[in-house]
Amino acid sequence: MTRSEKIIKIFSYLILTTLIIVMTFPFIWMVLSSLKPFREIYRPYLFPKNPTLDNYKQILSSSLFPNWFLNSLFVALSTTFSVLFFDSLVGYTIAKYRFPGRNIIFIFILSTLMIPTEMLIIPWYIMSSRLGWIDTYWGIMFPGMITAFGIFLMRQFMETIPNDLLDAARIDGISEFGIFLKIALPLVKPALASLAILNFIGNWNAFLWPLIVSSKPKMYTLPVGLAYFSSENLMHWELIMTGATISTVPLIMVFLIFQKQIIRGIMLSGLKG
Amino acid sequence: MKLRHKKILTAYLFLLVPLTFFAFIRFYPMISAFYISFTDWNIISPVKNFVGLANYVKIFNDSVFRISLLNTLKYVAYGVPSVIVLSLILALLLNNITKLQGFYRLIYVMPYITPLVATSWVWRWMYQKPPTGIINNFLNMLGLPTRSFLMSTTEALPSIVVTTVWIEVGYCIIIFLAGLQSIPKEYLEAARVDGANRRQLLFKITIPLLNPVIVFLSVMQTIIFLRIFTQVYNMSDQGSGGPLNSTKPLVLYIYQKAFKSFDMGTATAATVILFLIILGITVVQLKVLNKKVEY
Repeated sequence: MTRSEKIIKIFSYLILTTLIIVMTFPFIWMVLSSLKPFREIYRPYLFPKNPTLDNYKQILSSSLFPNWFLNSLFVALSTTFSVLFFDSLVGYTIAKYRFPGRNIIFIFILSTLMIPTEMLIIPWYIMSSRLGWIDTYWGIMFPGMITAFGIFLMRQFMETIPNDLLDAARIDGISEFGIFLKIALPLVKPALASLAILNFIGNWNAFLWPLIVSSKPKMYTLPVGLAYFSSENLMHWELIMTGATISTVPLIMVFLIFQKQIIRGIMLSGLKG
Repeated sequence: MKLRHKKILTAYLFLLVPLTFFAFIRFYPMISAFYISFTDWNIISPVKNFVGLANYVKIFNDSVFRISLLNTLKYVAYGVPSVIVLSLILALLLNNITKLQGFYRLIYVMPYITPLVATSWVWRWMYQKPPTGIINNFLNMLGLPTRSFLMSTTEALPSIVVTTVWIEVGYCIIIFLAGLQSIPKEYLEAARVDGANRRQLLFKITIPLLNPVIVFLSVMQTIIFLRIFTQVYNMSDQGSGGPLNSTKPLVLYIYQKAFKSFDMGTATAATVILFLIILGITVVQLKVLNKKVEY
């Protein structure tokens, strides 16, 4: 390594490390603020003098946060399972079957990626109020049950499965659906994992549609609940930060456990271009 | 012959539910949105009259719509270049190092995966006026004048942009880094042997080869900033897009028109405008990316 290369390396480490403070500080400040009692929250020091978990106790016992948490968990898990099943089924069908209209169907599905959600929410809302889907889990979930991006992704992975393998299973007398479920799906597990985790995060964080489709606070998801709770408790930053921590920490944990799948999923999402 | 028919039938059977979904949850609502935008429909009254382009004329005469359109363009103009330049620089720096690369990448992408509502409120908390706001306290400590951030009609929008850049940078770093690592080492070696210096390597080889990634990310970020909503809703007072509409983007305008004034016709007309802008940008992207560049 030459001297200039060494200098560049040290310089890179220096900048990158300084930036870690900028990237993490809001999280640290959020958690520290959530540990402060109300009388300390407007004081300009970093660490709480009398750290307390009272804010957590208060939020968990006398707000709807536990409700919202469970709503979010249920919605995010259900949509993710639906997406995994249908996206891979469609991806598999388009990749491995030859039938009239195959290309047109694929193009039709991909073309829906061009439609921004904002354009659909008003018709969705009208549809939901006619069909009685307002304030139901189904109402929150239905727009995301199948995704065009996931189909695109799964089709690419399904194409790599050798046809001989599927034909051998056919000769063994396994049903067509059985082949998909028992032969094809296990072979694309890494792609499924990335799709699952990205979908879970996306649904956990979704805001605009859940905000519109739920009118009863009991039916709010965590982000909608947090927005509502925060504007109701505007001066109580210690409570707002506690709510923010509660909605963030599970996600950070998921993130740390599945970091490999998340990073790969993000890279795969870049394939779209 | 029989097996072939059975397979075709199976394929259609597998596609039955998904195609119904795309037809009724994606395609039909889109057509319906176009249709509603040509009517004077207000959700309270059952009457829907065809009014032609009246809604479009109405929104362009609405000063709030014009302000929110302008604000949206400001978000894009401030946000996209900042995200792209910052993340490209950081990705280049990350590409210089070997140890801890994964760790830095992990930390940088954290804001991207955390709930936007939570990060918006944390930043709103940090942007408070002194002595509450930590950023103003920090400015005080450095002897700099304090700022009103979200309370000011001129500083609020840039403040929201800063938060959004902080969120989006990590995503772009990952994509840039993947792009950088896919550049064949031989290209750089060959140029170095030919006597190219560091700056030439960067501007004559690395960045031109990254061009498709830069275009892709710029378009993607443009669309993200065009659709900005959650941050503004949570960082402005009562989700109003204030102070005095100075932060209100198009999507918030649509939300208020549709779900506060229940003026569905006008609101959908605004969504059609948003759709056309996004469509235009996507078409430009395809044109640019399809142009083959030879090196």
